[in-house]
Amino acid sequence: MTTATASLDQALVPVRSKRAAATFAFRALLVRDVMVLRKTFVAFLMRTVTQPLLIVFVFAYVFPEIGQGVGGSGEGAALFSTSLMPGLIGVAVIFQGIQAVTIPLVAEFGYTREIEDRVMAPLPIWAVAVGKMVSGAIQSAIAGLIVVPFALWIPSTPVEVDVNWPVLVTVGPLACLLAGALGLAIGTRAEPGQIPLVFGIILIPMTMLGAAYYPWERLDAIPWLKWAVLVNPLIYISEGFRMALTGIPHMPAPAIYGALVGFTVVLGWIAIIGFRRRVLT
Amino acid sequence: MRFWDIGTHHVIRTAGLTKVYRSKGGPTITAVDHLDLGVHGGEIFGLLGPNGAGKTTTVGMLTTRVLPTTGQAWVGDVDVVADPVAAKQMIGVVPQESTLDRALSVWENLYFHGRYFGMTARSAKRAADDALERFRLADRADAEILELSGGMAQRLMVARAVLHQPRLLFLDEPTAGLDPQSRLALWEVINELHADGQTILLTTHYMEEADQLCDRVAIMDHGRILALDAPAALKRTVAADTEIRITSPDSTRVPELAVHLEGFEGVKAVSSSDGLVRVYLHADHGGLARLIAHADAGGFDISDVKITEPTLEAVFISLTGKDLRE
Repeated sequence: MTTATASLDQALVPVRSKRAAATFAFRALLVRDVMVLRKTFVAFLMRTVTQPLLIVFVFAYVFPEIGQGVGGSGEGAALFSTSLMPGLIGVAVIFQGIQAVTIPLVAEFGYTREIEDRVMAPLPIWAVAVGKMVSGAIQSAIAGLIVVPFALWIPSTPVEVDVNWPVLVTVGPLACLLAGALGLAIGTRAEPGQIPLVFGIILIPMTMLGAAYYPWERLDAIPWLKWAVLVNPLIYISEGFRMALTGIPHMPAPAIYGALVGFTVVLGWIAIIGFRRRVLT
Repeated sequence: MRFWDIGTHHVIRTAGLTKVYRSKGGPTITAVDHLDLGVHGGEIFGLLGPNGAGKTTTVGMLTTRVLPTTGQAWVGDVDVVADPVAAKQMIGVVPQESTLDRALSVWENLYFHGRYFGMTARSAKRAADDALERFRLADRADAEILELSGGMAQRLMVARAVLHQPRLLFLDEPTAGLDPQSRLALWEVINELHADGQTILLTTHYMEEADQLCDRVAIMDHGRILALDAPAALKRTVAADTEIRITSPDSTRVPELAVHLEGFEGVKAVSSSDGLVRVYLHADHGGLARLIAHADAGGFDISDVKITEPTLEAVFISLTGKDLRE
């Protein structure tokens, strides 16, 4: 039996070492997800763009133009536009984690069962789960990039960008992985009927209280809120992008990095356990 | 014929394989109960039994998806529990529900399956093209999965499962829910694979399927194997028995008639379904006339009587006293 590496026909697959088989399979899973993304790119664009576009349009263009203040007018409005840009990127990243991972996964576990073909690929189940997180992270990154031009050019007041590249190339991938892990963790636990609930009681509060629309530092005025929102992973994503892209005061860097890594590891672990439980009996 | 499939060594083995489902507050169910099984290279091996017999759980354990409670299982020399990644490389699986990737087209389903199993882009492309031809799906290459009929979807599932040339193919109730024509088409596909030397383990609750396709059949009930042999040999074990099918013009009284005949001398087992009563008689040619007279005496009308050869269903009934469909 063990000598049976199939060499009779070119199309035959030789039996590979586990490591090689798993590496090929992992890469192919990612290629599959990217290919599906390409096929559905218009839908991806629409779901990515609509919400941030409207937020930036209403808050950073309409409000200052009509003189109704969110960030006030003049210097206040400029500060608001600058502060909003990293927040919008953070919201796009988190939203995409849910939309790219949770929603398909809930359908696949709930009724289509199609995830099983990928579970039968020759790689460990935890690696299939990690593959889902990574492909979610890739989609989050694309979504974050797509939002940038809107956040820069729509506001009626100038957005002052101050890029810290070392921070951006570390915070960016971490934030995207965190979004993928969150998406998978929710996806392995939610039932198809609970999807509206995921948006209503998880995603909306997360974005409203995620320091996306205001810098976390400014919550000094409401101390209980300033500490309560720390359970929200989006805080660290928004503050991380604020640190990477603007000169606005932000949470201390070690807190941002520590929380991004911590949330990614904990949510990733919860997601892998949940994924195993859903596919193995 | 592939060389590794020649010979009679076991390519699937189980030893004391057991799965117990314990649910909180619910009953404890022993789905598979100390199963010892050996499947030879190149054969079609059937697990025949009613729903809930433990067939799917057995396939689940052999294909790494269900973790055994106790016992062991090997595909080839690979322990499926200890080394699921190696096991997955050697098997192709067609589960009961469709697991086709709906985000992909028919051709892409095959292509990506090849890629998951380590084929280069080029060989996966060629394998996908060949598979479409071989499984008569070439004109549906670009179709979406949801556009396929049940029969075509099932053929695609089989095409995908054998694309990476697995040494073992598992088919879990491959024709359940298919119309008769699609069922015959799939049987043809299975027979072709068999002719190429593919080792196949299939589960079914259709006795015709087990009878027509399988080299050997294990009859399963309550997680245990009750009998295991070639279909012809299994049928010989009840060859002394005759199956008599009795149709009554009043189908509502069929169950009653079954009960009436149950205690009659020479009757081994009785079952009723589809408006007819099946009576299994011990070989005793005088029995038939007396049986009809007994029914008549009970006030039952009989419109038709057929005497048939024993089937695998008769084997199942003689082993368990119940119908496969129950």
